[in-house]
Amino acid sequence: MSLVNFAAREITCKIVYYGPGRSGKTTNLQYIFGRVPEPRRGRMVSLATHGDRTLFFDFLPLDLGSISGFQTRFQLYTVPGQSYYNATRRLVLQGADGVVFVADSQARRFEENLESLQNLHENLLGQGVDVRQLPVVFQYNKQDLPSELVLDRPALDDALNFRAVPSFGADALHGAGVFETLKGVSELVLRRLSAGGVAAG
Amino acid sequence: MTELSAVHRFDTLVVGAANRTAVTAARAVAETPGSVYNPLFIYSRPGLGKTHLLVAIGHAVRAVNPAASVAYLTLDEFVEDYHSAVASGVVEAFRQRYAAQDVLLLDDVQLLGRRLEMHEELLRTIDALQAAGRQIVLTSDRPPAEIESLDERLLRRVAGGLVIDISRPDFETQVAILRRKAEERGAPFGTDVLEAVATLGIESVRELIGALNRLIAFQAVSEAPLDPHQARVLIGGPEVLAHVRAVPPPAEATEAADKASATAPIDHALASKPAVVASRDEFGDFLSELASTLAQQVEPWRTRVGEAILRWEGEGFRTTVLNRLLEQDDPSDADGLLIQYEADAERLLELQREVADLAPDMAGSPALTDPGNMAAAEAYLHRVRESAEPPPAPSPAWKLGELIEGPGNRMAYRAVATVVAEPGTRYNPIVIVGGPGVGKTHLLHGLGNALAEAGLPRVACLPAHEFTQELIEAIDRDAVIGWRNRYRRCSALLLDDVHAIAGRERTQEELFLLFNIFAESGRQLAFTSAVPLAELSGVEPRLLTRLEGGLVVELPAPDRDLRLQVVERLLAARGPEIDAELSGYLASRPADSVRTAQGLVQRVLLAADAQRVEPTVAMARELLEGTGRPVRRAAASRSASLPATGGPRSREKMAWHWPDLADCVIEEWR
Repeated sequence: MSLVNFAAREITCKIVYYGPGRSGKTTNLQYIFGRVPEPRRGRMVSLATHGDRTLFFDFLPLDLGSISGFQTRFQLYTVPGQSYYNATRRLVLQGADGVVFVADSQARRFEENLESLQNLHENLLGQGVDVRQLPVVFQYNKQDLPSELVLDRPALDDALNFRAVPSFGADALHGAGVFETLKGVSELVLRRLSAGGVAAG
Repeated sequence: MTELSAVHRFDTLVVGAANRTAVTAARAVAETPGSVYNPLFIYSRPGLGKTHLLVAIGHAVRAVNPAASVAYLTLDEFVEDYHSAVASGVVEAFRQRYAAQDVLLLDDVQLLGRRLEMHEELLRTIDALQAAGRQIVLTSDRPPAEIESLDERLLRRVAGGLVIDISRPDFETQVAILRRKAEERGAPFGTDVLEAVATLGIESVRELIGALNRLIAFQAVSEAPLDPHQARVLIGGPEVLAHVRAVPPPAEATEAADKASATAPIDHALASKPAVVASRDEFGDFLSELASTLAQQVEPWRTRVGEAILRWEGEGFRTTVLNRLLEQDDPSDADGLLIQYEADAERLLELQREVADLAPDMAGSPALTDPGNMAAAEAYLHRVRESAEPPPAPSPAWKLGELIEGPGNRMAYRAVATVVAEPGTRYNPIVIVGGPGVGKTHLLHGLGNALAEAGLPRVACLPAHEFTQELIEAIDRDAVIGWRNRYRRCSALLLDDVHAIAGRERTQEELFLLFNIFAESGRQLAFTSAVPLAELSGVEPRLLTRLEGGLVVELPAPDRDLRLQVVERLLAARGPEIDAELSGYLASRPADSVRTAQGLVQRVLLAADAQRVEPTVAMARELLEGTGRPVRRAAASRSASLPATGGPRSREKMAWHWPDLADCVIEEWR
């Protein structure tokens, strides 16, 4: 997608929150939504099942206003985590400028994290995207749970983050680490711009 | 600037969870202004106590340091003040006034969004205050990142201090506020009544106090004490009841709503969810950091230009060129322009150093602070260099000690001696009046040399016509200021033949200015004039009266005694034995000036040299009166054409000015 339009002084940035089901992707967006002043946020669209699971995707458009002379818009998406919604995930992933991989820190969800990460790589590969070039950050959510239930950040980094991209511990329900993660991925996306890695319109 | 309201102090502020952090920060700022949280930016919805806190800081600062200057005003007042300053051309005074405040308290800065022209000015003010270690506190009804079109640099400055918000007071704080205000007004209400008001979900302290006022007014006309139900009805009305319904439900209800929201639009669920993380403006922080990253990554030249602006503004340079660059969307060669600007700024630093060395009083000129106008800077340096050159000094050939004092010139000589002893005090100015050749120029230069020997630096001594010529050249080169400064730095100004300025209006004007400066600063002025001042026409009365206001001394034509001394001195230079008859004869010859007397002697000595004999009275008489026989045919025929008494004065002058006497003879022949 056209990320930076120098002529129109616009930046549009699509960031996808990816990860296994129930890892907290939608919670991230909800928290962000709650902290954004009303004029800056569009209507958050969320299609959920009766079980409170994301059926299709969440979409949160953010109009960040004029930043350094650029009208800046962020579009935040989540994908459905459940394995049977892969077509939807592929669709949402198309044209992503950055990915936040939201991992569930619970030890018992470790395998699901791995599966989802593999799925992310497969889907990116299928779209001809080199995962080494795409800005990706990790968020290890639910770090607020009792320590005996969760893996700590170094352990999760060792298991998932083998490219040593930025990672953040989080408690998305209460907001800890949510904006730090968003800042992290935003910075990578904007850095990639300066490196000329993204088509500029 | 607005006076601080007496009621808005820390001790009249009710502190609760909603404003505790802001109050703590405000107290810290008031106790040590400029050292912590600078700038301090406080924002909240209207009516939550921003202004109270702002004014309280002012009071507390004054309590700690009564000498501290505290300025409190709203942004609108600041803007108005600025516009007035622009209209009356005193912008610099405006800037200095605000930069000199120990604490600047600026209310309602959210209005900056509509005042784009003030962004730069406020930025400048903040920078000046911060650089001087002074405190600035700003309040707004929204976080900085949400102020419309706020300049990125302002945003960064503000983010560099402390941004803190005041949220809606919690229930307990509302009750405490109501209780305190009720007590202040002597209208105690039951706790249940106050609690009933606090549960109405009134959003601001101001509205809360308004509600209390209604209760007090009602109570004043009611015999029975108010009960909670009456209070709710009284304050509520339909709109407040509706407002109550709109208030977020308690936490338990929120959780229930969360569970039920699976199929509901998420914004409703979130809207009813209380903020879990404290009142920190995470979104504002995010925007600030994003702006910084964006500036660095998307258009890195902007960051470089921005940093250059900060650096060079800090060095006192104008950055108009760079600011214009920032206004462009996609300049073709931003880095090239930046490199050029920095090279120019470095060159200006060199020029500043040179000017400071050459003329410290001319350093600090704005001409040396604008890299956008290097031509002006170089021209200024040129002027400084010119003005640093010393003006013409007195000729070392003329010393006071060589002058021959006689009864006629004694008064003038003594006056000059007094001036040497007490320059600038006793006789200032001294004006020496006399005909041509009486020794005015010698006396003036002798005075100049004596002053220089007495330790006065830069004694200027020159003819008035040369002074005029210099001025004309300076006007021609547009270098009058440098020329003027060259003389203003002198410790004494001695002008020969001042009568030559008659009709020279600009010279008179410049001399008048110099005269005043010298006279006021006790620096010596001396003039000579061949025309008595009373007879001097073509000179402005204001200058003439100033000349007459000093000591005017006359140097008369030399009498016989003086002429004799002059003759004897010249003859003594030839040999130790002086022919008394010859000297007596020469001294008796009519001569209205020393120069004429000297000319007579020189002619006789020249003739004697030509004949290779000693000069005698007969020779002199023959030469000067034409009564003797010619010694040489050729010489006789030549001298016969000369006037008997030394010839016209103009010829005498020529002879005087020719350095070689042989040339003099040839010139006289013509």
